[in-house]
Amino acid sequence: MKFSNEMPIYLQLSKVLALNIVNGKYKAGEKIPSVRDLANIYKVNPNTVQKALSELENLNLIYTERTNGKFVVKDYKVIKNYTIRLANEMTLSYLENMKELGIEKKETLKFIERNE
Amino acid sequence: MLLECKNVCKYYGKKEVLKDISFSLPEGKIVGLLGKNGSGKTTLIKIINGLLSLNSGEVFVCGKEIGVESKKLISYLPERNYLNVHKKVKDVIDYFADFYADFDKEKAYKLLDELKIKKEDKLSVMSKGMREKVRLVLVMSRKAKLYILDEPMGGVDPATRDYILDTILNNFDEGATILMSTHLISDIERVLDEVIFLADGKIMRLESADKLRSETGKSIDEVFREEFKC
Repeated sequence: MKFSNEMPIYLQLSKVLALNIVNGKYKAGEKIPSVRDLANIYKVNPNTVQKALSELENLNLIYTERTNGKFVVKDYKVIKNYTIRLANEMTLSYLENMKELGIEKKETLKFIERNE
Repeated sequence: MLLECKNVCKYYGKKEVLKDISFSLPEGKIVGLLGKNGSGKTTLIKIINGLLSLNSGEVFVCGKEIGVESKKLISYLPERNYLNVHKKVKDVIDYFADFYADFDKEKAYKLLDELKIKKEDKLSVMSKGMREKVRLVLVMSRKAKLYILDEPMGGVDPATRDYILDTILNNFDEGATILMSTHLISDIERVLDEVIFLADGKIMRLESADKLRSETGKSIDEVFREEFKC
């Protein structure tokens, strides 16, 4: 995993971890790897992992069990909502890009259909 | 605070090389000491290690003045090799174990084993990169409070740099702090919590690496290059 040096590493890491929750690598209610393990996996500073995890906690995607570690939220709806939020963000940025090419929405839809 | 420097001044003859340096570092951080050649990085490091005297000011490591007690708490990797290259690996390990009460022999052998370095290997037959790895293993096998690494990746290839960085990360425990100097900023910036920019014997910046990134939208390396353009 390569991180870009231009953006805060913890934000990039929290995105990666959030995607792992969205795509089911870390399932609802399941324990996620420890800070040290994550630092090892992603080759980053444990403090960076800590910060990335508190981002996820703020999004309610994970929660802390006092002595047991961190778990993915049990309520699947929260994950679903976050997925929808991400999907909306991506769609908007795609539409923005197409607009810059001078392609209107109707036309854009045709591109989507053609490339399905 | 784990490390405290208060109004540190240092002269070489009439030349002032450290100009009223004050900063402190808490536990559990990886800090990059960044500056151009001649900015005072190594001088500052040598003062903290008690190898150079200061002209004025104070330095404390875990509240202790620089001396025997502070040296017990610091594991220091100097810029250049100081080991006798005619020795075997097991000899330098014994040497370290004799010298430092907090040296973990088992850990050192484990790390060397991962590098396929044998007890009986002589340092003189190793490549420069290999020797650098051995030096790092020795320093990281101590259970110190403060690790000071002066240019830990000077003159080694990118793969070796990665190994060195991973070893530093994997052996960094929460109660300790690592202060490392380098000018290979882009190679190490991903692991840094904080950065200190040193220029002309003064601290120009001391801040969180991620904060600096989000404020400038740039990498630490870019910010450094812009601020210290020749």
